[in-house]
Amino acid sequence: MATAAEPVLPELAAVAWRKRASRDSLRAWGRLWTVWTVMSVVPFSAAAVGLFVLEPLSLPVGIACLVHAWIIPELYAYRGVGVVRPKGPRNARAEPVAQGLLGDLLGHEARELQRRTGLALERGALGVWLVGEAGALLLPPGGRRVNCFCVGTRERELPPSDRIAHLLLALRTDEEGFATVANKAFSGAAWRVRRRLPRTQRPALEAGRAEARTSAPSGT
Amino acid sequence: MPRLIRMDHTGHSTVAQWRGTDGVDFEAAVEAFRRELDAGYIGVVPEGEGRAAQVTELPAGADLVIMRRPIAGG
Repeated sequence: MATAAEPVLPELAAVAWRKRASRDSLRAWGRLWTVWTVMSVVPFSAAAVGLFVLEPLSLPVGIACLVHAWIIPELYAYRGVGVVRPKGPRNARAEPVAQGLLGDLLGHEARELQRRTGLALERGALGVWLVGEAGALLLPPGGRRVNCFCVGTRERELPPSDRIAHLLLALRTDEEGFATVANKAFSGAAWRVRRRLPRTQRPALEAGRAEARTSAPSGT
Repeated sequence: MPRLIRMDHTGHSTVAQWRGTDGVDFEAAVEAFRRELDAGYIGVVPEGEGRAAQVTELPAGADLVIMRRPIAGG
């Protein structure tokens, strides 16, 4: 994806303490999220079962435990998916102009998908990206997991398509640098992310998963 | 005709255009490009689907140079 030898995103200077993201580091981050999710679900579920076995009258407490086991991962997924929800001023007057420029940067299929869903699909070395106005989703090869990144330009007056174009150009310049600059919001199963996505954006996730499945699974 | 554009609140603005690299219009474009850099913009040349290159000098052979703002984690 990058062009010149060892391209480096200039924004990396602002996060010099971060280790450069790579396929391995993102895989490790995904595993951490899996462990965290299991640690959130298993103890509450076990407590619910244990309490019921010991004392069936504790059923209401057990139900509360199960609700906790369900809601904690859901809240994390909701927060993660929030990175690609449309937000900020819409700047409707300038949006058609920005949409034209963004369309020029995208291929035909990606352009149509972006216009329908608000997410720009971009194939990279780390996986398939879905780039939104203030963040991006990365589907590593295999398409089973989704990594959510919160990243954007600080210029709130920009029309939405220009905000996407900013991220797209940075991503195309230095994909690993882009993943390093971005804040990691969530990593989890694609089905969990899909449920929290606005309906209009789900076709983009499906297209991204289909694209990611064509790559060799990475075990993430 | 090659263009230097800046993404801004209007969608984008054409900052400079030039014909060839030996005319005054190219020199003006180079000056405009430097001013944009000084203002905190980053120069990017789209190189087809999936490819882009950051530039710190106005490339003579590019058809389109886009000035963007820095990004940051949210």
